[in-house]
Amino acid sequence: MCLGIPGEIVEIKAGRDDLAIVDVVGVRRAVNIGLLGQDQVGIGDWVLVHVGFAMSKIDEAEAAATLTLLNGLGQAYTDELQALAESDIT
Amino acid sequence: MRFVDEYRDADRAQTLAAQIAALCEPGRQYKFMEVCGGHTHTIYKHGIEDYLPENVSLVHGPGCPVCVIPMGRVDDAIAIAHEPGVILTAFGDMMRVPGGSGSFFDAKAAGADIRMVYSPLDALKIARTNPDRRVVFMAIGFETTSPSTAMTVLRAAAEGIGNFSVFCNHVTILPAIKAILDSPDLRLDGFLGPGHVSTVIGCRPYEFIARDYGKPLVCAGFEPLDLLQSVLMLLRQLAEGRCEVENQYTRVVPWDGNPRAIEAIGQVMRLRPYFEWRGLGFISHSALRMRDEYAAFDAERLFDVPGVRVADPKACQCGEVLKGVLKPWECKVFGTACTPETPIGTCMVSSEGACAAYYNFGRFTRQRLTEAVRV
Repeated sequence: MCLGIPGEIVEIKAGRDDLAIVDVVGVRRAVNIGLLGQDQVGIGDWVLVHVGFAMSKIDEAEAAATLTLLNGLGQAYTDELQALAESDIT
Repeated sequence: MRFVDEYRDADRAQTLAAQIAALCEPGRQYKFMEVCGGHTHTIYKHGIEDYLPENVSLVHGPGCPVCVIPMGRVDDAIAIAHEPGVILTAFGDMMRVPGGSGSFFDAKAAGADIRMVYSPLDALKIARTNPDRRVVFMAIGFETTSPSTAMTVLRAAAEGIGNFSVFCNHVTILPAIKAILDSPDLRLDGFLGPGHVSTVIGCRPYEFIARDYGKPLVCAGFEPLDLLQSVLMLLRQLAEGRCEVENQYTRVVPWDGNPRAIEAIGQVMRLRPYFEWRGLGFISHSALRMRDEYAAFDAERLFDVPGVRVADPKACQCGEVLKGVLKPWECKVFGTACTPETPIGTCMVSSEGACAAYYNFGRFTRQRLTEAVRV
């Protein structure tokens, strides 16, 4: 919960500028980007996602490093990804 | 070591270790607290202590959101879950946390409708699709999750979703650090500041630690090299007679945090006069409750919450572990009566808990070291 999961913004929902589709290791899920501001993030940007909200913008190298770290967590990370995959926020 | 990229390069780790050793005064003991459970995890997973000289020790702090939830609040949530028509929603981490009379899993087995969610927004969706049910979100966590709860409440208010409420257990990290600094149990030389909490609150709020308590703090990232670099920055401050707040994790943490997130918290929640932390007792102004304007979304006002304080099990020493006074393996029930499968204390439940991290990773390193010494 506390370790954010990095994801790449691949789409910003039409008519909902606080909602983006984010690609997290191949899983595409809706994420709220209302805490970052539209001027700060766009398609192709990487963000750190905490419980369905993008909390900070990061660069691709940081995203890759964080994913490696998370992979090393084993079950805790698998559970978090599973939870994210089942998430369906609007 | 399995350092695989620029943040894990073994040569750089050795270089940092040498710089750390060179900065230590011989004969002086250094104790640094890593506040965040994510750091504890990295420390055990990657054997960071192997890179530090013997006179530098890392002690684990209270920064594990699941670990600090007192048993009485678990019981309160279960009481709400048993009310007619209620669906209680919670993060997966919460499900096995023991209350005075069992966990959420136990309550679920006894017939309560308790569902795991990834996000408070998922809980809101359940409310939207079940208009005849009362959906309560068990909100826990530090400043990394409280903005998300706040944003969800704002959304519920904007959409006029009347069957959604929050059982608010959000805590704030600064009063807990202050309580540890005020406690006579522990003499610390500095802090590794929590990385992700700081993305929200920034670095400025920690300044009282340097100014009023004379302890340096470095906001640290989660990679093995981040932690070594941060320890080096703390030692450098001490060696140069400085005492400041520094930011090692500039890749992610802006000095001023995330102003929108801070604003969202302030809009929906306000400080409680006091709140009980598991193992640490009551700490003033250390947690959040819903503002009067959002009373309609406040489960504490909508339901008859027992609010009974439940003492921790006698055998459990989570309090000492959370304050950094005891190492996980020094607890009497560690690894015997208390394991991740059948936790007695919360530190063994969450993957961010010091005991679970040590149980899963650290003990093997320690065992190896002990055996090496014996040979």
